[in-house]
Amino acid sequence: MGHYEAPIREAIIVGDKTYHDVTVDVAAPIEGKANKNWWIAFTIALIAMLWGFGAIAYTIGTGIGVWGLNNKINWAWDITNFVWWIGIGHAGTLISAVLLLFRQKWRMGINRSAEAMTIFAVFQAGLFPLIHMGRIWNGFYTLPIPNQLGSLWVNFNSPLLWDVFAISTYLSVSLVFWWTGLLPDFAMIRDRATKPFQKKIYSLLSFGWSGKAKDWQRFEEVSLVLAGLATPLVLSVHTIVSFDFATSVIPGWHSTVYPPYFVAGAVFSGFAMVQTLLLIMRKVSNLEAYITRVHIENMNKVILVTGGIVTVAYLSEFFVAWYTGSSYEDFTYLSWGAATGPYWWAFWALIICNSVIPQLLWFKKIRTNYIWTFIIAIFINIGMWFERFDIIVINLSRGHLPSTWAQFSPTFVDIGIFLGTFGFFFVLFLLYARTFPVIAQAEVKSILKSSGDNYKRARDAGEPSPKVTPPVIVVEEGTEPIVEIDSDAKTSSLLESLGTFDINTQQPDNLKKVKGIGPVMEKTLNQIGIYSFNQVSKMTSKEYDLLDSITDSFPGRAQRDDWAGQANKLKS
Amino acid sequence: MSSKIISALYDDDDVLLKAVKDVRAAHHHIEEVYTPFPVHGLDKAMGLEPTRLAITSFMFGITGLGFAIWFLNLIMIEDWPQNIGGKPSFSFAENSPAFVPILFEMTVFFAAHLMVITFYMRSKIWPFRNAENPDPRTTDDKFLMEVAVDGNESDLTSLLEKTGAIEITVNEKKH
Repeated sequence: MGHYEAPIREAIIVGDKTYHDVTVDVAAPIEGKANKNWWIAFTIALIAMLWGFGAIAYTIGTGIGVWGLNNKINWAWDITNFVWWIGIGHAGTLISAVLLLFRQKWRMGINRSAEAMTIFAVFQAGLFPLIHMGRIWNGFYTLPIPNQLGSLWVNFNSPLLWDVFAISTYLSVSLVFWWTGLLPDFAMIRDRATKPFQKKIYSLLSFGWSGKAKDWQRFEEVSLVLAGLATPLVLSVHTIVSFDFATSVIPGWHSTVYPPYFVAGAVFSGFAMVQTLLLIMRKVSNLEAYITRVHIENMNKVILVTGGIVTVAYLSEFFVAWYTGSSYEDFTYLSWGAATGPYWWAFWALIICNSVIPQLLWFKKIRTNYIWTFIIAIFINIGMWFERFDIIVINLSRGHLPSTWAQFSPTFVDIGIFLGTFGFFFVLFLLYARTFPVIAQAEVKSILKSSGDNYKRARDAGEPSPKVTPPVIVVEEGTEPIVEIDSDAKTSSLLESLGTFDINTQQPDNLKKVKGIGPVMEKTLNQIGIYSFNQVSKMTSKEYDLLDSITDSFPGRAQRDDWAGQANKLKS
Repeated sequence: MSSKIISALYDDDDVLLKAVKDVRAAHHHIEEVYTPFPVHGLDKAMGLEPTRLAITSFMFGITGLGFAIWFLNLIMIEDWPQNIGGKPSFSFAENSPAFVPILFEMTVFFAAHLMVITFYMRSKIWPFRNAENPDPRTTDDKFLMEVAVDGNESDLTSLLEKTGAIEITVNEKKH
């Protein structure tokens, strides 16, 4: 069969789905109308976004001075938000690339939305370095292109420039990876669309995808190679973001543990955001059958591992800060000085949200509970924001000279821009949820037979597999089926055990009602002499084999579809 | 060569796979198979050559790496060498550790994008292109096999019926 999957693995598609059900469920949010809650959420997000755009316009018009930055703390919320959003943008590619390389089937229920989240989060992240330039119209200076200053080039020794390259590569590669995966699903929406406008839009978006065998072969190869490329890419991006700090000479930043620790932190926060979004989405878009408890639990396990890695990093940073005996190290963001200093609240917010609360996930009851997962995910989102805030603000707040010690307080513009990125993010995500196939339905269909609950149940019980599609009754024109019944001996022995049927005195049943019997098969059966449900219901594996040998049709089909059992129900 | 083509519609991927094998065993030419999702083993059953996109991706990656080496050398070493933070740019080799991130990113950038573009060009998928699947149900839950008629049409039809097709239609070839 080729669809075997160990019974110990829980089903990841529940609700007895067929291929067609998957289509309908994924298309439903797109074909339906938005409800009131969607409009309320969208309006709030839109207002926040516009507020944020206003704050950005004010910043650009007036200057960076409108932020709470001061002479000493010259990076604060802007870079905190940048790193926070870019970290969130790590889960999507991790899910679709790393989990693809590891052949984790559960990725298929969540990869589309996680990648959407990635792309939208990277948009938000990208805003901050741009507006932090102050004179955004000079942004092209970060590109290695000849400019009006002669051949003054960019500095390729600088991690800030590496960032430009890493993030643009990451964004663009994630985008094509996402879009390529979307093509078959857009094609599905296109082929179902009834309104001409919808049909036009989805024809355009699907690039004329037709689902040819060769295209699928290439599609799978491209997905695999892209996954192979995106895996080191996703690790490189946050490594390079960490270089922004690690290659400097500020105590607390100058740390060799940063690259792996930042990557783990990014995955940690990214998965927390995926949980936050998908726990809502599975309810709102009725996707409970595809985003199941198994998905939530698996993601919680990833959170537990990556949360463990960052906790170990915190402990080692804390230990090193103490062990060096350096007075400067005593003010780094993970030190006794920070824990008891003016930023004690930020220190403890980090420790509690990132290291203490996620430990609850060790309990299976908690990590398989939707409400608990949601609450913990929110705490992690907050904690990971504080991690970046602590790294940037606490470390900068204590310079080498006490005269340079400073505190940071955000202005309404700082807050406005941050809220604005939330608004922008949710505007994009809400629009996505209404117009895009939010589940990679083609991929999900390809694992339905191995991981669908109805198939697993049937396989475990040794029963025939359920049908993947509802029966279609089509009467063909022009092509009269002629199946030659040559083996009379077999036919008579078959009828012997099933009982004969007199077509002249008895009323034949509509055998097409049995799943798996089409019009062609019905005619064949009639030719053999099988007309009634009563006869079909008497079939056992011996008769199935006889039938297969007579008709030469797809072997094992009758048994798999359990014709006898079906006919037994139908005859009553 | 006849100008007729027979389309057989299936409702199960396993049935389709078996049918493809049977039709090929009977020496008929399968023009195309349309499926709603990747059916594993279908390309082998149809006798399709393995795709070489991964190889092109490798070559594109090498190109990207070469391009990055060229422009980093031009910009940082030849055109305007600078002494940044006491770390002068005297030669490519001395500066190369700082170039590793860019070299890597450019390799990935070229390998990924040019491979995807090659895929789109080879499979002829791009905006404003019309879909070619003959039946809209093949993106939902049906599988369609197109077989060229070569010789006896009714033989082929009966063979397809035996393979478990739920619909069989005979069409004139469009091209």
